Amino acid sequence: MKKIVSVTVALCLIFSLAACGGSSGAADAKRLTLNVYNWGEYISDGSEDSMNVIKEFEAWYQENYGTAVHVNYDTYASNEDMYAKLKSGAVSYDVVIPSDYMIARMVDEDMLLPLNWENIPNSEYISDDFRSLYYDPDDVYSIPYTYGIVGIIYDANVVDEEDAVGWDLMWNPKYAGNILQFNNPRDAFGTAMYKRGIDVNTTDPADWQAALDELTAQRPIIKSWVMDEIYNLMESGEAAIGAYYAGDYFIMLDAQADSVDLRFYYPEPTNYFVDAMCIPSSCQNKELAEAFINYMLSEEPAIANAEYIYYASPNRLVYESEDYIEEMGEEAMEILYPDLESFQDAYNTYAYRNLDRETLDLLSTLWETLKVS
Amino acid sequence: MRTSMFSRLWTVIIFIYLFAPIAILIVFSFNAAKSLSVFSAPSLKWYRELFRDDVTLASLKNTLLLAVSASIVSTVMGTAAAVGINKLRRRWLAAALDTVTNIPMVNPDIITGISLMLMFVFVGRLFGLATSLSFWTMLLAHITFCLPYVILQVLPKLRQMDPALPEAAMDLGCTPLRAFFKAELPEIMPGVITGMIMAFTLSLDDFVISYFTQGNGFQTLPIRIYNMTKKTVTPKMYALATIIFFVILTLLLITNLIGDEDGAKRRRSKKRV
Repeated sequence: MKKIVSVTVALCLIFSLAACGGSSGAADAKRLTLNVYNWGEYISDGSEDSMNVIKEFEAWYQENYGTAVHVNYDTYASNEDMYAKLKSGAVSYDVVIPSDYMIARMVDEDMLLPLNWENIPNSEYISDDFRSLYYDPDDVYSIPYTYGIVGIIYDANVVDEEDAVGWDLMWNPKYAGNILQFNNPRDAFGTAMYKRGIDVNTTDPADWQAALDELTAQRPIIKSWVMDEIYNLMESGEAAIGAYYAGDYFIMLDAQADSVDLRFYYPEPTNYFVDAMCIPSSCQNKELAEAFINYMLSEEPAIANAEYIYYASPNRLVYESEDYIEEMGEEAMEILYPDLESFQDAYNTYAYRNLDRETLDLLSTLWETLKVS
Repeated sequence: MRTSMFSRLWTVIIFIYLFAPIAILIVFSFNAAKSLSVFSAPSLKWYRELFRDDVTLASLKNTLLLAVSASIVSTVMGTAAAVGINKLRRRWLAAALDTVTNIPMVNPDIITGISLMLMFVFVGRLFGLATSLSFWTMLLAHITFCLPYVILQVLPKLRQMDPALPEAAMDLGCTPLRAFFKAELPEIMPGVITGMIMAFTLSLDDFVISYFTQGNGFQTLPIRIYNMTKKTVTPKMYALATIIFFVILTLLLITNLIGDEDGAKRRRSKKRV
């Protein structure tokens, strides 16, 4: 009796959720499938009155090509997760959106297919600043999706204006116990190397050791090592200083407590990243993938994505759009799109590149030393 | 049993410690602002957002579907396996099988996950498939790690049971199969139910193994939440967690109330005999 009741209740639960949750019903014989693999929370998905880009793409494709498409949208939390999945050959995806250094690695290992630009005419809207970047010098395998710059976020109620200059703020003993540092080796060492003016892609062990010394000196005054915990800590005022990406600053600004007044600035030099759309070699339907990429580059989806993700867009249709500029506001536009003489030069000098095996091992060892000592 | 003031206080403290995180989650699911540390105003905003989010609801449906299928299959298989192990004459063989079935339980999840993924890829390659992983591979993986728990729950009940019962049933004319369903199964039913509930909970909760064996378009809820962490987990997840918590609470209340009725009936009928 007990068993029957619980099983029945459970089944009712599932059926009711299936009724209200499921989007597409029985598989249509003529229906195409597109498998997209992207970061989590990295596309405008209809929440908070934003445009549901995936649904709109399915509708648009049906209208223009007459065939129904179902998009399987999967997410990952880091480049390494995505790489492991693709490398194992266990799953096939048609579109994937990795970060720059991962694209360089995947190109090296023949994991990406060259894009057919005739199927992606909207690529002309990507600003020239984003051509010939180091990871894809001939612009064959990728087209930029978002980009970002690392900056320092601080609480103006705690930090004095004169101290908010350069990377030194994160090493300032006056704010001991209020400083947050990246909890991943590349970014943490990066902050120390930018501070010292060392090349972040150096292979010289002495340079890495110098960076380790900086981080060891910083250890006593930091509050903790964080990644996404930084949001809650900064918003509630538990920490006053932290380095993170420009777009994420606005998310924190939105949710900050009344007693907190968050500000942002770029120290020099700093880290740049670019996330770009690519087609992996396991792709099942290249034309469909290219149609999707082309759709993502068109005005409405690109603006919707840029507004949802809050990162900067390399797409002219976005940053020149009056609606977008109004929606973002002056301050956001200034921070997300700083006046750089040449993004290309800054990027090619300061972005993280794929390190060789030896240097990666050294980095691993030094990181462990730092954390354990 | 008379409990002292101290032990009652201690119980309360333990309960607070266990349920404080869930309580905070529930409170902040009604938060108008997006943060987990600042409560601005009560609102149902995140519940509305949750029901508009197709992807999350789809992943919830996937998770439940997987959990129910895995628990039913592993309960049936596990019970059959336990009956078989119990009947073995050679004790060393029974002991060996016991150890082997415990391996998925003792192994770290990540080893089980990776080895299953590699095996599926290997088999997929043999068949020339582009995608080796799908709902079915996830189901197989979940059944694999749920089985030992079911066997572990059923086997002791079988050992406790008086072997004369099914023998008596067969003496009275039952076929062995009928004897099993009529005589043995009711005796071991508590073990079977517990095993099924454990399998359901483990499957619902699983992250590492699901992560390695998931295929295209079939993401489960734990994986979906994990993937949100690069940016930030939006409060609609708190809303979802609150809903799941209350549903399970209701389920448990219902089954326990009806269970009491059943037990009371049995006690009354026994008295009459």
